[in-house]
Amino acid sequence: MIEAFFAQMPALVIVLPLLAAPICVLLHRGGPSWFVYLLTTWACFALAFLLFVQVKIGGPISYAMGGWAPPFGIELRLDALNTVVLLLVTGIAAISSVYAKASVAAEIASERAYLFYAALLLCFCGLAGITVTGDAFNLFVFLEISSLSSYALIAMGSKRRALLSAFQYLIMGTIGGTFLLIGIGFLYMMTGSLNMADIASRLPAVADTRTVEAGLAFIVVGTSLKFALFPVHVWLPNAYTYAPSSVSAFIAATATKVAVYALMRFLFTVFGAAYAFDQLPLGEVLLVLSVAAMLSGSMAAIFQTDVKRLLAWSSIAQIGYIVMGFALASSAGVSASVVHMVNHGLIKGALFMAVGAMFWRLRTISLNDIAGLGRQMPITSAAFVVAGLSLIGVPATGGFISKWVLLEAVMEPGHYWLAAAILVSSLMALIYIGRVVEALYFRERPEGQPPVGEAPVLMLTATWTLVLANIVLGLYATPLIGAAERAARAVLGAGS
Amino acid sequence: MSMQWLGWLVAFPALMSLLVAACGRWPNVRESVSVATAALLFAGIALFIDPVTSGERPSLTLFEVLPGIGLTFTLEPLGLLFALVASGLWPLTTIYAAGYMRGNEEHAQTRFFVCFALAISAAIGIAFSGNLLTLFIFYEMLTLSTYPLVTHHGDVESRNGGRVYLGILLTTSIGFFLPAIIITYLITGSITFDEAGLFGEAGLGVLGAGALYALFLYGTGKAALMPFHRWLPAAMVAPTPVSALLHAVAVVKAGVFIVLKLTVYVFGVQFLADTGASELMMWVAAFTVLGASLIAMTRDNLKARLAYSTVSQLSYIVLGATMASSFGILGGGMHIAMHAFAKITLFFCAGAIYTATHRKYVSELDGLGYAMPITFTAFFIASVSLIGIPPMGGIWSKWYLMEGAADSGHTAIIMVLALSSLLNIVYLLEIPTRAFFHNPRPDTPRSWHEAPWACVIPLSITAAGCIVWFFYPLPFLTLLAPWAP
Amino acid sequence: MSLASIADNFFGLFNYWVVILLMMIGFYTVISHDNLVKKLIGLNLFQTAVFVFYISMGKISGSTAPILMSGKGSEDVLYAHPLPHVLILTAIVVGVSTTALGLALVVRINEAYGSIEEDDVLEADFETQEEETEEEAERMARAEARQERESAQQDHDDGREEEDDDRETRS
Repeated sequence: MIEAFFAQMPALVIVLPLLAAPICVLLHRGGPSWFVYLLTTWACFALAFLLFVQVKIGGPISYAMGGWAPPFGIELRLDALNTVVLLLVTGIAAISSVYAKASVAAEIASERAYLFYAALLLCFCGLAGITVTGDAFNLFVFLEISSLSSYALIAMGSKRRALLSAFQYLIMGTIGGTFLLIGIGFLYMMTGSLNMADIASRLPAVADTRTVEAGLAFIVVGTSLKFALFPVHVWLPNAYTYAPSSVSAFIAATATKVAVYALMRFLFTVFGAAYAFDQLPLGEVLLVLSVAAMLSGSMAAIFQTDVKRLLAWSSIAQIGYIVMGFALASSAGVSASVVHMVNHGLIKGALFMAVGAMFWRLRTISLNDIAGLGRQMPITSAAFVVAGLSLIGVPATGGFISKWVLLEAVMEPGHYWLAAAILVSSLMALIYIGRVVEALYFRERPEGQPPVGEAPVLMLTATWTLVLANIVLGLYATPLIGAAERAARAVLGAGS
Repeated sequence: MSMQWLGWLVAFPALMSLLVAACGRWPNVRESVSVATAALLFAGIALFIDPVTSGERPSLTLFEVLPGIGLTFTLEPLGLLFALVASGLWPLTTIYAAGYMRGNEEHAQTRFFVCFALAISAAIGIAFSGNLLTLFIFYEMLTLSTYPLVTHHGDVESRNGGRVYLGILLTTSIGFFLPAIIITYLITGSITFDEAGLFGEAGLGVLGAGALYALFLYGTGKAALMPFHRWLPAAMVAPTPVSALLHAVAVVKAGVFIVLKLTVYVFGVQFLADTGASELMMWVAAFTVLGASLIAMTRDNLKARLAYSTVSQLSYIVLGATMASSFGILGGGMHIAMHAFAKITLFFCAGAIYTATHRKYVSELDGLGYAMPITFTAFFIASVSLIGIPPMGGIWSKWYLMEGAADSGHTAIIMVLALSSLLNIVYLLEIPTRAFFHNPRPDTPRSWHEAPWACVIPLSITAAGCIVWFFYPLPFLTLLAPWAP
Repeated sequence: MSLASIADNFFGLFNYWVVILLMMIGFYTVISHDNLVKKLIGLNLFQTAVFVFYISMGKISGSTAPILMSGKGSEDVLYAHPLPHVLILTAIVVGVSTTALGLALVVRINEAYGSIEEDDVLEADFETQEEETEEEAERMARAEARQERESAQQDHDDGREEEDDDRETRS
């Protein structure tokens, strides 16, 4: 019985939310739907943890969906890389589910709340699916599931601007998804397979054709659109700014990371590091773009007056760090990427949650309106400060560990200009976080504003859980780094 | 001596800060807890004097932060000296702060004392740190825990001061110190402090080593080498006890202590002497000594003048480190203690003057010496100690620094030190001179008298310390025996 | 290259030329049109091109539709590759849902703004975004200036302090 359960775990991570979503629709009420959402995400978190341990001990797991053996059937494949990502996605989902209740009650019309939770579950299902699948086409399908539901979620934002933001995201996201589809088509054309491992084994024979090169290009551009790499990032600030708070927190912490994971999976497992980075100059291109993303994102963040938009621009910069890591195509680089994926997920989750708690009180989140909130919402403000310090990369926080491993990875091969870019971008983070902190603590409340109290306990608990996770990972990073190094070995070992 | 002690000593003030916060409603209890914590901490650290002077190096690794790099505490003589100075002056500062804060009816006193305790915790962490990562963690903790103290008033002025303070300290540490640590790690494969230095076999040339050394020294923004010294005057917006803490107890002392520690345990004095890699930074320090003294002469605001004096005095210690001679290390280590006693006295005096008269400009102090004789006598003693004239302790450190300069063949540095003493006379002795020998300004009421006893007693004790250390410098010489002739 | 080979190249890869043409038309429509519905139509064209691409891929010359035939000669029949067709069924479903969601958004946008021209919506709401940011920044500057003035008034003996600060900054 237990054995059978363990064997089915990879599928359950996708199946549970997929079943829970229609249940929410059938329940037709907000409260019970929230409970279903809460249960599902925590169950998946537990599953992800078990899978993580199982992979750590026993090595990669292959699960044949519906009993159809790969490469013909759909394979779910769990290795050291995607169990980490899965743990991040499910963990953030679980914690944000605690947060969601009060936030949703305030921002979403109560008669639509159950639909909101259903969409959130579908989005979660898509993200989990991308992470666990070992099938290229299946990955596309899950990517579209998560994207479609996130368009809908963003459109539920309380301002009418959310609608056009969601529409623009829909256009960009669909183009990105379609590009990915074309790329997968090219690969299928040359190899006759959709299973990633199978494609990888057949690819070397046809690697020098223009078709494969075009496939690579389409896949890189397609996924880059989804995770908002520098020149194709324009959809992100509006989407994150106008989405409901709980959606911003969840999507900012997970969706972009999962898309980055998808690209890493294609580059390292399917194409192989040697082909993508040695034979083609992809590494250089990605490095330049990541530097541009870091600097332009941080610079734009400095000039924002809306805190959510500020955080959104900062996300664009932070994605630059993650891309820079794996673009080095070294073991240290890939593990730095994974470390920063996790840390940035926790940091941005915490920051968006703290900001969401302020929004919950004030219904606005501009620097002027949150002025002086440090004294009236001390717990929330403190959470923002600590998570902000982590974003800057102050020691004893997760962000510092990211900086450390990333700097080590870029300096090892002597790329000192990349190290300089990382440091400059960190110092810009100091400026934009500093602006918010100064507004919180050194300014008076705007005139005519009634005093406000703290946010609800559940919101604070969720926020501080992420903040504390940041501190713990900052002081005791050995397990995370160990997991990231295993992940790097797993993907680089498979590619060479 | 149990190794666990090291960890507890670092954590102790931080844990007690919780108790301080809990006692916030009863100021007397709160201050008693603070002072008791301080005294206990000093006693706890003093227990290590014997083992360390007899050659033991107690070490404790709590857990691994990064693979192979732990949160490690190791006690060695320099660290012990710094820890003793910091924890020894803390109770005095706390008593003084209690008097000052109440005398000036400051707000948020509980937050003040909590941050104070956290800052001491960080300073002890720096003193005990066994590798560069541990050092860096506590270095930043010190910066962050003092930020609320610097911006204590919470108004626009303190926000601007805090901006400069945090901006410079975080920029230099993240921008220079962090990459320097990682480069060290990549070159040598280790960032654990080692008596022999880390670069022995790394084959680092004079250019590489010099650049790395500069990166480290400028990364230590708290050492206030020009041009990264602006944060120190900017931090003058803080209440005076904070300035005393910053200047004498924790912050700047942590900076120069780190410089000494890097010189001895990362690069190695011998390595620097052989390669001459520290030459460049020595001239930077010499320039800072003179430049800051010159600026100090132009400042009328008493605290600003003292701040620039600190910038100048800190570079004495950096000079001691960079001249790459064991006399220099001895002189630098001594000067940490001597400058601490002298400068804390000066700041206590400045605060006492402000509490009693609300005057903060040198030109307003005419004739106040008769209203506040103890304060100005203490000020005089501390000034003389800083200048380096017997019978005050300051002469010892200056003596060894000059000996170090002679030893390493830098005659010009002796000139710099001598010239700086002359400048010190000009800008420091002006203040007691005005107080005792000028006629009071017409708007000075006769009723002015000394500040509250909680202010006066600590400053008398520290001033007495300046004299005692002249006749009895043995404790410092024993602690710094590894570098003594 | 002879004329024949060029012609062969063109007609032999006819499907793919069509795919590229369709794709570019779709892409251009998305970019150039203001009308949100037209944008969606462009997006649809773009996706359709990919569908055609996949279906062409499954074609084997001389093959027939992949419907299993029974009876005489069924072993000799050459079928087109069915898997791309199946894949594209899924992709069509994705495309349809995207269009449906897009149209739903357009309806909502029309309700909220009374227009489905992107320019109108931008003008109504987003054009002001930058102005808002500027306004906020100004508000902030004003608030800070006020606070600065107040703190200056509170500090009675502040005249000299400011002077001193000035000197500080100059040095």
